[in-house]
Amino acid sequence: MRLIVLNIDQCDNKFNILFMETYYQPGDLKKFGEITEWQKELGDKFFDYYGAVFQEGALTAREKSLIALAVAHTIQCPYCIDAYTGDLLKKGVDEEEMMEAVHVAGAIRGGASLVHGVQMMNQVKEKLM
Amino acid sequence: MLKSLQRQQHPLATPNGQIAVLDDHESVSIPSFESKLNEMGHDPLIPTGIDIFQINVGKMCNQVCAHCHVDAGPDRKEIMTKETMQQCLDALAGTDISTIDLTGGAPEMNPHFRWFVEELSKLGKKIIVRCNLTIILANPKYNDLPEFFKKHKINVVSSLPYFNAKRTDAQRGDGVFEKSIKALQMLNAVGYGMNDPELKLDLVYNPAGAFLPGDQMALENQFKRKLAEYDIVFNELFCITNLPISRFLEYLVKTEKYEDYIQELANAFNPAAAVGVMCRSTISIGWDGYMYDCDFNQMLELKVNGPQHIADFDLSTLESREIIVNQHCYGCTAGAGSSCGGTTT
Repeated sequence: MRLIVLNIDQCDNKFNILFMETYYQPGDLKKFGEITEWQKELGDKFFDYYGAVFQEGALTAREKSLIALAVAHTIQCPYCIDAYTGDLLKKGVDEEEMMEAVHVAGAIRGGASLVHGVQMMNQVKEKLM
Repeated sequence: MLKSLQRQQHPLATPNGQIAVLDDHESVSIPSFESKLNEMGHDPLIPTGIDIFQINVGKMCNQVCAHCHVDAGPDRKEIMTKETMQQCLDALAGTDISTIDLTGGAPEMNPHFRWFVEELSKLGKKIIVRCNLTIILANPKYNDLPEFFKKHKINVVSSLPYFNAKRTDAQRGDGVFEKSIKALQMLNAVGYGMNDPELKLDLVYNPAGAFLPGDQMALENQFKRKLAEYDIVFNELFCITNLPISRFLEYLVKTEKYEDYIQELANAFNPAAAVGVMCRSTISIGWDGYMYDCDFNQMLELKVNGPQHIADFDLSTLESREIIVNQHCYGCTAGAGSSCGGTTT
């Protein structure tokens, strides 16, 4: 993160003097659709598929959004976290439900590390007398 | 308890202060609402007829909700007089207007409320009262409101932004959720919210923050399931989008969310919702008898084109008027649309 300090005379009074510049710009989420500009066919196919995935199906749209929130935390995608937190608020999901979904992500990530402990145990057993 | 913006002498307490923000095209680059209507061939917007007569009987309220577009509260003294109520009754007599929608503030706090309902009842029209629920428990003199509503077959429409205390109280004040639950149980106890079509109890959901409401039917099912835990039943849930005026506008500006929110509303513009906006079938009357295209225009003091006071009510003139629009109208046309009766598509 980079902190940019502007001189007051560079600034319009309406705006903040300090800007936090980060690698991920929250406003870029709204530009997601622009990826089709450089490869329309594949981009269109992706967004059609994306839209279809989140339709009501054997799983409800609400359940799919909770899964998406958990996955977003697993892959640590800030855009996805913002998008699905907002989506779940619209869908009336409460804070407890959202945090439980994040714990599912945490449990799977933690479990994925810990289950490799068996691998470590196997190796230790093999190497020691 | 919070003070109203008016009591705080806040710049956004005045219609001009609010319109200045809404009309600031330099800071916010969205098309004018009028231009969107023009693209659809609906500029000027004209009524389809007048079927709903919405009367705001005063700004006094026992609550001070953080999102209130009326800036209502205990410190607001604007109350409709009995004389203005009589003018409303005179205007309604002989018309085919089917529904009278009473709102406020807390309409029950108007000292002439019960007389007015009794007189309206004689006209044989459907009557809606927008009851904030907590008023029923605010004072012993209001405890019999469920019975009074039942006697006059009032359609009770009540705000409950969420099915838990945390989000409800954050928007409507400490303790509001618990009192609302008790009031709903009192309404159920006299038969409201069940199968009797004359005792309809509907709830209003509006987001507890700067986001749009989700699917109305999905939220209704969720509310029914959650409120069943309190043995509460109701008929329908109406999803209403928060419009960027008055206290909600102040919240948006204060938290620097205004630009994102109005942009989101504009991006979600739905032509089908624009065709079905409630101002095309509604006339809104303010506490002082002036007429508006909707309750939101009323708060911005954008009076109807043509004769403007209920004393000069002329149905045919009103039915051919040009409806006044501004940037806040994006709130009624976003997504599935928004009206006092919920989504419009």
